[in-house]
Amino acid sequence: MGKYLRKKLIIYLITFFFAVTLDWAIPRFMPGDPISMLLARFNGLENSSDIVRSTFTKSFGLDQPLITQYFGFWKSLFTGDLGISIYLYPKKVSEIISQALIYDILLLLPAILLSWIVGNKLGARSGVNKKVDNIMMPFFYVLTSSPYFWFAVLLVFFFGVKLQIFPVNGAYSNIMIPGFNIQFILDFLYHWVLPFLSLFMVMLGGWAIGMRNMIIYEMGSNYSKYMESLGSSEKLIRKYAFRNAILPQVTGLALQLGTIVAGAFTTEIVFSYPGIGYILLKALLNQDYFLIQGCFLFIVICVLVANFLVDIVYMLIDPRVRFSFSGEV
Amino acid sequence: MTEKILDVKDLKLYYKTLKGYVKAIDGINFDIKRGEILGIAGESGCGKSTLGNGLILLKKPLNYISGQANLNGKNIMNLKNKEMNTLRFKDISIIPQFAMDAFSPTKKIKTFISDIVSQHNINPDEKFFDKVRERLDMVNLNHSVLNNYSIELSGGMKQRLVMVISTLLDPELLICDEVTSALDVSSQRFVANMIGDFRDKKIIGSAIFITHDLSILYQIADRIMVMYAGHIAEIADSDTIVKNPKHPYTKALISSLPKNDVQYKDEQLSGIDGTPPNLLNIGEGCRFRFRCKYATDICAKQTPVQEEISSGHTLACWNYKKAGSDKNV
Amino acid sequence: MSFIDKLKKNDNLYFALRNKKVIIGAVIFLALLITALIGPIIAPYDYEEFAGAPYANPSFQHLMGTSIFGRDVFSQVLYGLRSTFVVGFVGGTLGTVIGLIIGFFAGYRSGSMLDEILMMMTNILLVIPTIALLIILSAYLPYRGVITQSMIIGFTSWPWVARAVRSQTLSLRNKEFVNLSRISGASTFKIIKDDIAYNMFSYVFMVYILQFAGAILTSVSLDFIGLGPTKGISLGLIMQDAVNWNAIQLGMWWWAILPGVVLTVLVTSLYFINTGLDEVFNPTLREM
Repeated sequence: MGKYLRKKLIIYLITFFFAVTLDWAIPRFMPGDPISMLLARFNGLENSSDIVRSTFTKSFGLDQPLITQYFGFWKSLFTGDLGISIYLYPKKVSEIISQALIYDILLLLPAILLSWIVGNKLGARSGVNKKVDNIMMPFFYVLTSSPYFWFAVLLVFFFGVKLQIFPVNGAYSNIMIPGFNIQFILDFLYHWVLPFLSLFMVMLGGWAIGMRNMIIYEMGSNYSKYMESLGSSEKLIRKYAFRNAILPQVTGLALQLGTIVAGAFTTEIVFSYPGIGYILLKALLNQDYFLIQGCFLFIVICVLVANFLVDIVYMLIDPRVRFSFSGEV
Repeated sequence: MTEKILDVKDLKLYYKTLKGYVKAIDGINFDIKRGEILGIAGESGCGKSTLGNGLILLKKPLNYISGQANLNGKNIMNLKNKEMNTLRFKDISIIPQFAMDAFSPTKKIKTFISDIVSQHNINPDEKFFDKVRERLDMVNLNHSVLNNYSIELSGGMKQRLVMVISTLLDPELLICDEVTSALDVSSQRFVANMIGDFRDKKIIGSAIFITHDLSILYQIADRIMVMYAGHIAEIADSDTIVKNPKHPYTKALISSLPKNDVQYKDEQLSGIDGTPPNLLNIGEGCRFRFRCKYATDICAKQTPVQEEISSGHTLACWNYKKAGSDKNV
Repeated sequence: MSFIDKLKKNDNLYFALRNKKVIIGAVIFLALLITALIGPIIAPYDYEEFAGAPYANPSFQHLMGTSIFGRDVFSQVLYGLRSTFVVGFVGGTLGTVIGLIIGFFAGYRSGSMLDEILMMMTNILLVIPTIALLIILSAYLPYRGVITQSMIIGFTSWPWVARAVRSQTLSLRNKEFVNLSRISGASTFKIIKDDIAYNMFSYVFMVYILQFAGAILTSVSLDFIGLGPTKGISLGLIMQDAVNWNAIQLGMWWWAILPGVVLTVLVTSLYFINTGLDEVFNPTLREM
């Protein structure tokens, strides 16, 4: 049990190290010398030029040897200093990200968990019933084939523009001041519905298909056949099959996180929802490299933490891992 | 009380495939008496396992075509799954070929046992588990296996555990499907003797013992039934089959067994040339004729009928008299 | 026996041609592929050309309407579809091939140092969210073409192929016939080519289809974030443009939604082929 977690943890640490190195190396070694291009871009500005230049020189440490730059990068990282945004000057990158984070959590966490639960339930239904399967599967396939943002656009068009039931912009109304009061919460939820729904639906398709295939596989497995031979009801066999089919779905949760993050970003862009994705878009449009780097690191850290949580859950539900009978999951 | 526990009449079970029917069981007649162990022998693909599994669990793509299989005088081929479920485990049970993965990996053995016996309205209380423990003692298994997951058990342990579980409700007829195939010689003997023991102690009524290994059958079976390509070749008591076989296929099978008193540097171990025919959409005629040196015109035109040549000795061959006079096969 | 001979004897083609999902998927896929190939010929306008009145609803003149700049959306989609296929083909092939090679060798030499290193690499890339990697790579590339984008996608999408192929190789490696080749002195390469690769053909083909679809979906996401090709047109770029210019709020559904319909239909057709083939190769799933 400990071995399993230790192995995972080592991989995550190496991954983190690798990601930070990559984050540091790419602006320095990419063809086309992005840093000098960036500097050149600010040469024309009057006031900010000097500040930007000094920020750059300090952060990138361009006058120092590479190895010093590299260690400097790590040092500033551990002090939480991710640099200063150019586009939202003079806000700190870490500050911008932590402000955006709450919206991501409130949007993504329910969408992921609910779509996972509902998708698994529907997929299991589909897997054991041919009629349900024939009706539901095409629907699931279309959902999982649609790009997240396109589905968001569809929802915006029908519910926002045509029917005008839901707002399609931002996380709350412009006149509202964020705060913990009932008015703001209601307004927030009102804005939350469409982005949530669009993420939820697209993810739902993928989970349902995965579960459907797994449950068919498990229902055809030898232990199911043995139970059938001993006169078990279909209900009990299904229960057993579901218990086993859910395992790869938990692993899938970790594997899909990357894709989900990408989907969430584009969805946020459609709704101008002030999460990391939206910030990232602004950063890209304004070539705000500190912010881009910060977002990258932050996404990597979040995904690593989420992966680790999934690993712990997996360990609790799969006895094979607990008794370390399988090295790799 | 009928004397016959199982009476099979002209039973046909075909696999339905996109290309047509695979005639795996094609018109067979046999019976099993109370308290008897019937051995079924034949090479792989002869339909012996299909028969064993088909009797307890008819599942797509295997289809019931015609004929009867009367268990206690009731044709079980026509039963709805729900009705059949009441017979399974109590009246007819099976030790499957796949003991290695007969258990769901995520359930403890005790949970599994409780769940399946509950399906037959038996309260899995401590009193019941006392009986389970008694049975575990019989096969030399520690009581602690009940609190294990199947992955913690070795192959041999799983094999013995399946024996215990399959016979928990004291079935009248037990089907043992290739239970010894995956085991080493000493475990083979242990398992085979155990089945005989179970019968002697009246834990099971009768048994069908399916294997390709004639020497094991000779040890434990009262009667032996030899199958070839979906047909029955010969049925007789074990001594007759081994010492005085009549059907050319049985003869070939027996002569291919190693003998005790022969030095194989002096005499070649004989085999049977050729391979069994493809059963897809196969027509009339004796299916052994391609490999049989006594084959005549009638063998290609008409399927030989099963006839009783002496009391308790049945066979299906047009030319057995000609073959019978030939001592050396 | 050569690869081709073995394929001919295979029942799989027979079953594939009788599977509804495969047929429906393949017909749609091929129709779109042909449309993309002859796109420039049948496109009524150039994709950047001012084709008619802006804001126009779909009509016979403009099958998918016009954009806010008076460009013909149908022509844009025809040209964009070409990029989509290129991304799917290049990105999908690259991801599959790299994954295959790494997975094969790791699986075949499992337990060795080589396996450890390859798998460590794979696991690391598997947890790094691809999109973040793509963003940072793309962001610093001042000029990006469709091919560049496809290659970046291909180079980042192989890890799960490698893992899947490794475990398949592992289970095949221990099969009887592979041992037979090994004791008869066949070289590693020959064993992999003749025994393992052939038996994995069906599996890898399905993986390829998924990679193809995955590359397409990743590329539209990138396009939409603004990291698409800096020149040219793609389905993602059309939609990015549409959303940026508030096409939905203006009610121009044809501009913002129709290109996505084409894309979704394309990806759905791939998934259909994949599921259908799964039923073909996997007898337990086969419908009788």
